[in-house]
Amino acid sequence: MRGELVGTGALVRLILRRDRLVLPAWLVPVGLLPVGVTSSLAGVVPTEAARTQMARTMGTNTGFVALYGELRGSSIEAIAGWRLGFVPVVVAVIGLLMVIRHTRADEEVGRRDLLGSTVVGRHAPLAAALLATVAAMLALAGLVALGLIATGAPAAGSWALGAQFAAGGIAFAAVGAVAAQLTEGAGSARGIALSVLGAAFLLRSAGDVAGGWLSWLSWLSPLGWVVRLHPYGGDRWWVLGPILAFAVVLAALAAVLSARRDVGGGLFATRLGPAAAAAGLRTPVALAWRLQRGLVLGWVIGLAAIGLVFGAVAESVGDIVRDNPILAQALERFGGRARLVDTFLATVMGLVGLIAAGYAIQATLRLRYEETTGRAEPLLATAVGRVGWAASHLVFAALGPAMALAAAGLATGVVHGLNTGQVGREVPRTVGAALVQLPAVWVLAAFAVALYGLLPRAVPLTWGLLGGCLLLSLLGPLLRLNQSTMDLSPFTHVPRLPGAALTPTPLVWLAAAAAALALVGLAGLRRRDFPLG
Amino acid sequence: MGDDAIRVAGLVKSFGPTRALDGLDLTVRTGEVHGFLGPNGSGKTTTIRVLLGLLRPDAGTARLLGGDPWADATALHRRLAYVPGDVTLWPNLSGGEVIDLLGRLRGGLDARRRSDLLERFDLDPRKKGRAYSKGNRQKVALVAALASNVELLLLDEPTAGLDPLMEDAFRQVIREEEGQGRTVLLSSHILAEVEALCDRVTIIRDGRAVEAGSLGDLRHLTRTTVEAELTDPPDGLAETPGVHNLTIHNGLVRFEVDGEALDPVVRRLAGYGVRSLLSQPPTLEELFLRHYGPRP
Repeated sequence: MRGELVGTGALVRLILRRDRLVLPAWLVPVGLLPVGVTSSLAGVVPTEAARTQMARTMGTNTGFVALYGELRGSSIEAIAGWRLGFVPVVVAVIGLLMVIRHTRADEEVGRRDLLGSTVVGRHAPLAAALLATVAAMLALAGLVALGLIATGAPAAGSWALGAQFAAGGIAFAAVGAVAAQLTEGAGSARGIALSVLGAAFLLRSAGDVAGGWLSWLSWLSPLGWVVRLHPYGGDRWWVLGPILAFAVVLAALAAVLSARRDVGGGLFATRLGPAAAAAGLRTPVALAWRLQRGLVLGWVIGLAAIGLVFGAVAESVGDIVRDNPILAQALERFGGRARLVDTFLATVMGLVGLIAAGYAIQATLRLRYEETTGRAEPLLATAVGRVGWAASHLVFAALGPAMALAAAGLATGVVHGLNTGQVGREVPRTVGAALVQLPAVWVLAAFAVALYGLLPRAVPLTWGLLGGCLLLSLLGPLLRLNQSTMDLSPFTHVPRLPGAALTPTPLVWLAAAAAALALVGLAGLRRRDFPLG
Repeated sequence: MGDDAIRVAGLVKSFGPTRALDGLDLTVRTGEVHGFLGPNGSGKTTTIRVLLGLLRPDAGTARLLGGDPWADATALHRRLAYVPGDVTLWPNLSGGEVIDLLGRLRGGLDARRRSDLLERFDLDPRKKGRAYSKGNRQKVALVAALASNVELLLLDEPTAGLDPLMEDAFRQVIREEEGQGRTVLLSSHILAEVEALCDRVTIIRDGRAVEAGSLGDLRHLTRTTVEAELTDPPDGLAETPGVHNLTIHNGLVRFEVDGEALDPVVRRLAGYGVRSLLSQPPTLEELFLRHYGPRP
């Protein structure tokens, strides 16, 4: 075993060096986010009574339970930590991407062969990728905890919150490690790992909302354990046990799988392809379809699954009214049970819109990938213009999310409709609520196009923009941010359907902004060197 | 204009502080196979990218097939085929699919030529991109380019990863292309290949053309190696203008003589009584090294 880990230290240093810009770029904002939220929240609810009231209102809101799990405790830190429940999921994404980047993606480019010829043990690259990721997660935990302690928060809870974030990242770093062993392409590995994360999230969410005897579903999911750490509300440290055991088991599995395959190969062998191209493979769009169809399929299914689960629990959101006739009467004035359900669906659709924006950005970033790997060069040496080539991919960046959103809306509407017995009424409402997110999705993708044409090296900044929109959507109302700040996110301007009035004006403006940004980007692409940077 | 497939004059291109092209001149006549030689980093790939309209030069002019490579790029690309120096394929597409796709995007492929080339290069078109070795990836790009009916071939180190058998097949194919009247710009490190295939050669160093002309002309500028067995000792031969590095070993006199001085030196040699004589024409390697190696 010793010999197989030779060189791990050197590889870890190499990883840290390669990611020396990327690591602080996410570690610092995520690490300091809790401090920022806690401080802002302290200003919003200054009194003990206000905090208890907030905890009670939010804690029983099924929509929030679906997103964040159960709330325990009513201190500022407990509420803030609970509302930051999406952060372990985001950190999980970062963790799995980091491991895949330093294992499978490296093999794809042939860097592994270069390393493999030096004194590097068989398992060293995998071990190094995991170690570096775990180290980053631990650094995150430290940053979170120390930041909060410095502002006077209880020490135990602060470390628990830090551990919660790190646990999400570590668990799914191990998932990423296994996924990297299964397929031949880094893209497929990411797809597998993200699907596992999505399933884990949906399981936890469904279990928590259903409550009662179904809450064991949430215990099946690693995210369910992560959420049950309850920082500042009990600090159940023992849940770290199953999480770490999960990570260790998967890491061992990844090592075993890695030992059984060749470098560069996967467990699923490559089949031979056709000797000649099909008649349809004759335009840039046809090629773009070949390259993008996996993403389309994956995201349509993924968003449909999300829609399905949330559609199933939507009706139970209104159940809080059933057991409390006084509350029911009070709520009647504001639209009653139906209003609660609609608000929940609107929140879900907002979240789905943000996820669809992630897909749109991913599809757009394919252009940069094709450029930097040199695959686009022979294409542009044929009679294909740059704008035509870019447009062939952007078609899928625009329509793919549309299909995925439609699928989510449809799934939600059908399942919710089956629950209420009014499928015909619900489906158009939910499909409309999903599709109305499109212009905002397009704005973010178009921003990526603009960067790609003008400053291609800065294109990854678009993910930061998406992160900002996510923060504004999820934390803006909590922290009572002013309207001009909220207006910075395109998603603020989307009508909160179902339930609200459908005003087309903001949608038209968003679409126009997206078109303008895209045109600017394409013009920049025409004028600049290719490849650049 | 007229007969030139490619005419480049005073081309300048900088990437930040690096000056990749520093006033490059290059002329490729229609129907010829033109060699483009230079060390790594001398600007060969940059030049080809300018000709493909991928890069816009900072100064200078470039004309390709009578058009502007930047402004008329898509129209001109129907009439040329390109093999990049470093071929990356899409992992999920088979070699055959890539060949067909590139051919169709260019305007058409000759099906018979395609299958003929696949056989000669011994390439299995069914393998997917990720399963090919470097040499086979290169073959995919070569077949895609050579199977199309175009006027101009731009080849950037096309045989860098091929084994000698394939190198041979490549040379035969290029000779056939030339026979068909196609123009070829061949950027290569393999001097034997350039010597075998090219009519004219341009040598580039640090972004400038340091030598351009036919191989015959260029040979004239370098030295012939002479080995002779002489009856009398060669007094005064070492001091004769044009004679370099004279050594005498076991009665064998060895020296290099400049091309211009060959005639008077041979006459002088006859004066010493020649028993045996061996002369080697300058190789392209010597020519090359003359520009890049330490001056002899």
